[in-house]
Amino acid sequence: MATTQVLADASLRLNAAPIDYVLIGVYFVLVLGIGAMARRSVSSSLDFFLSGRSMPAWVTGLAFISANLGAVEIFGMTANGAQFGVPTVHYYWIGAVPAMVFLGLVMMPFYYGSKVRSVPEFLLRRFGPATHLVNGVSFAVAQVLIAGINLYALGTVVNLLLGWPLWVSIVVAAAIVLAYTTLGGLSAAIYNEVMQFFVILALLIPLTIVGLAKVGGWSGLMDKINATHLNPSAQLSSWPGTNITGINNPVLSVLGIVFGLGFVLSFGYWTTNFAEVQRALSAKNMSAARRTPLIGAFPKTFIVLVIFIPGMLAAVISPELAKFKAAQVANPNLKSLDGINYNNATELLMRDLLPNGMLGVAIAGLLAAFMAGMAANISSFNTVFTYDIWQPYIRKDRPDGYYLRIGRLVTVVGCVVAIAAAFIASGYGNVMNYLQTLFSFFNAPLFATFILALFWKRMTKAAGWSGLVSGTVSAVIVFALANAGVLTIFGSTDTQGPSFVGAMVAFVVDVVVSVVVSLATEPKPDSELRGLVWSLTPRGALRGGDDEPGDRAWYRRPAVLGATVLVIALALNIVFW
Amino acid sequence: MADANRTSGGGKSRVLLFDLRWILAFLFGVYGIVVTLMGLLANAKTYTASGQDVHVNVNLWTGIPMLVLAALFALWAALRPTFVPRSDDNAG
Repeated sequence: MATTQVLADASLRLNAAPIDYVLIGVYFVLVLGIGAMARRSVSSSLDFFLSGRSMPAWVTGLAFISANLGAVEIFGMTANGAQFGVPTVHYYWIGAVPAMVFLGLVMMPFYYGSKVRSVPEFLLRRFGPATHLVNGVSFAVAQVLIAGINLYALGTVVNLLLGWPLWVSIVVAAAIVLAYTTLGGLSAAIYNEVMQFFVILALLIPLTIVGLAKVGGWSGLMDKINATHLNPSAQLSSWPGTNITGINNPVLSVLGIVFGLGFVLSFGYWTTNFAEVQRALSAKNMSAARRTPLIGAFPKTFIVLVIFIPGMLAAVISPELAKFKAAQVANPNLKSLDGINYNNATELLMRDLLPNGMLGVAIAGLLAAFMAGMAANISSFNTVFTYDIWQPYIRKDRPDGYYLRIGRLVTVVGCVVAIAAAFIASGYGNVMNYLQTLFSFFNAPLFATFILALFWKRMTKAAGWSGLVSGTVSAVIVFALANAGVLTIFGSTDTQGPSFVGAMVAFVVDVVVSVVVSLATEPKPDSELRGLVWSLTPRGALRGGDDEPGDRAWYRRPAVLGATVLVIALALNIVFW
Repeated sequence: MADANRTSGGGKSRVLLFDLRWILAFLFGVYGIVVTLMGLLANAKTYTASGQDVHVNVNLWTGIPMLVLAALFALWAALRPTFVPRSDDNAG
């Protein structure tokens, strides 16, 4: 295991003063306090796994994006900003935001309206046990692996700060997450995610503003990047993004971004990933559930500005990172220089810009982000394992208290496995590639299956599982071929191209196999598909009947919220063209 | 969002065991006070923890917005206290 190479460099050690530790301590007292207080509201398994379906929309909406604001955003996206520049915005304005709008407007009525307790349970109702098991097991495995990545990222931050050995940091961080998720269940995870959202902004906004002030504003940053002669035009405009895809042909690059990243990867991730959908299922009524991803989309649209800009700033402000970036142009296979690579962008910027005091807040924000990310993985893992694997297939028909106990026990097991996964993650240079790979294996074919399942009532039980399996296998094959250097037209393995193409292949294979198998097998009768398929569900049922008086106001209507945020994303896209 | 006096569901309501908005107000209140004071006490010094001069009093200019944020959360929680319907005992 390559655990030692990453750290050890004393130049990265942040000079935290006692006051910084006090500010970090205040945060952790609140984190554990929320866990202890949330415990009092847990009396059934539904309380533990879905917060008793009682959350207001602003809480679930912020938790919805916070659950994703872990290692992916903070390390991965600032690393992308440092390496590729402006094209990083595609993950947000082409990827996440349209997908979140689609989830709120089109898919949430089926999830919330059918009263399923998880995404796999929807597949059980629509396709039966085979598809249910394929999805439930693959999701549970993926979440534990991703929890390991979040844990690893957290461990490196603690290692930098305190100089603890990586494995000690990983175990202690896992213990804290374990403490509040086993005590308070999803409520504790969600409340901590909302708190984390604000603390992480208190890290990112000052980094962006102070960094821009230091280099002389946006034009100063552009001048600095132009002066480096490292293909500056690709870094300073969002399209065609050939540097981020690794696809040299501009037309193919744009197609890769729009279909691979946007339509397949992002729609797959945001609309079918239960770690996200679970936040909306905990909302108190249909209106709040539909508004959850829509309310989350607004901060999501703007937060990228304080993520990719700090990444670009780090690559010009921090001498170590600038040196690595220059060296990488000469030798594209270079993974790090003196222990520094793009993943260190955030810490380098904190070191170079923040005084004691704000440094403590910033470290608390980073730790919070990683813990919230891991907590989201663990709290969705324990739900799927208990409701979708243990309850239907291993121990049926026990009293509810039994499943609550199992849920707590499984949380412990999940954390232990995540610790092991953290050491797997430590072998990769750019954490993003590893995550994208996992997503393309699991989410892209799942999205294809969901689209067919919702809009094509002819799709059969056998098509459900066979499409999922063949789609996932084909994504693995593409990734393996790209890694082996056999397929090079869609970019080297250091870029995102293979993930985008793998996702598209998985999507197409899933659709083709599903259609062929459906036409060869017997469909389910219409009576069993009510509430699960668009054409067989009354329009009124899609809106839900449990609104509260204020929910009819125009500013709470899902269509208005969705259209507004799409216009904002489009406008920002034009600004950074 | 929280409408005061709302008693949806079975008519029984209770104030949420703990209101997240008060926790956020407390957290940013503490952070805002500490960081703002450090900014004020630093006089003209604007050095970072690693000893570089960034020419901006970062603590002061981040501490004040955090105090404003804390005040906004406290105000919201005080003006619109949350009530939640009592969940059914046999839910789930």
